Amino acid sequence: MSLFYLVAFLSILFSLLVIFTKNPVYSVLYLIATFFTFTIHYILLNAQFLAIVNFIVYMGAIMVLFLFVLMLMNLNKDTEPMKSNLLKIAGVIAGGTLLVTLVSSIKALQTSAVATTTNSQIGLVGNLGKVLFREFLLPFEISSILLLSAMVGAVLLAKKDKRTQNG
Amino acid sequence: MDNIASTIQVVPLNHYILLSAILFSIGVMGVLIRRNAIIIFMCIELMLNSVNLLLVAFSAYSGDASGQVFVFFIMALAAAEVAVGLAIIVMVYRNTSSIDINILNRLKW
Repeated sequence: MSLFYLVAFLSILFSLLVIFTKNPVYSVLYLIATFFTFTIHYILLNAQFLAIVNFIVYMGAIMVLFLFVLMLMNLNKDTEPMKSNLLKIAGVIAGGTLLVTLVSSIKALQTSAVATTTNSQIGLVGNLGKVLFREFLLPFEISSILLLSAMVGAVLLAKKDKRTQNG
Repeated sequence: MDNIASTIQVVPLNHYILLSAILFSIGVMGVLIRRNAIIIFMCIELMLNSVNLLLVAFSAYSGDASGQVFVFFIMALAAAEVAVGLAIIVMVYRNTSSIDINILNRLKW
């Protein structure tokens, strides 16, 4: 029980560090730590398949992509442009207002205190695979087309444009 | 296995909703207060992940596997989004030598 609160505190701490650190490389590293705490949350919820996928896809692939682009642009210095203090305070107040709205709507919501049905075998690979390949087969195939088109689009966008290079 | 699964029997669902709301708001704040395009992109990832955590919590508490399948699809979509978005940021950096979003207001004309 206390493990959940410890990990929740760590995720909030690391995500605050992500947005308040000046150096972008440190921000990426703190974001990796945040995603690791998400993996621990998934394990605590007994969603082991998603924990492993989160570990591999987010921490392995996406964050390395971020770090690679950041290092490639040579932006790892502290002198990046920051917004003025007035705009920062306004942004924090706007985010805080959203948080207050969400929390007050949660207060109005009546949810059951603890889990009612304790079918804890849901998140295992076998059960999730059965659901994925029986009920959600068509969305699964469509997402493969989405990934293919994203790959083609990324290559097309990042390719050097001959006309703008010469003129 | 048993003591792992017992976590959802002592932590109320409200605390998961609260945690996700806090993380989502931190993501919104990050989008509002930073000017570096890559940091803004990372904050969008943070918001997507907080929604993922909420979906997994709902799925585990109600005993329905559909929520975790949705999270799987959101992860596939996030991977595609990161690939295209970072390609666009590289393109912007190549044309303007900066990833400051204030420079991008020239897109208006």
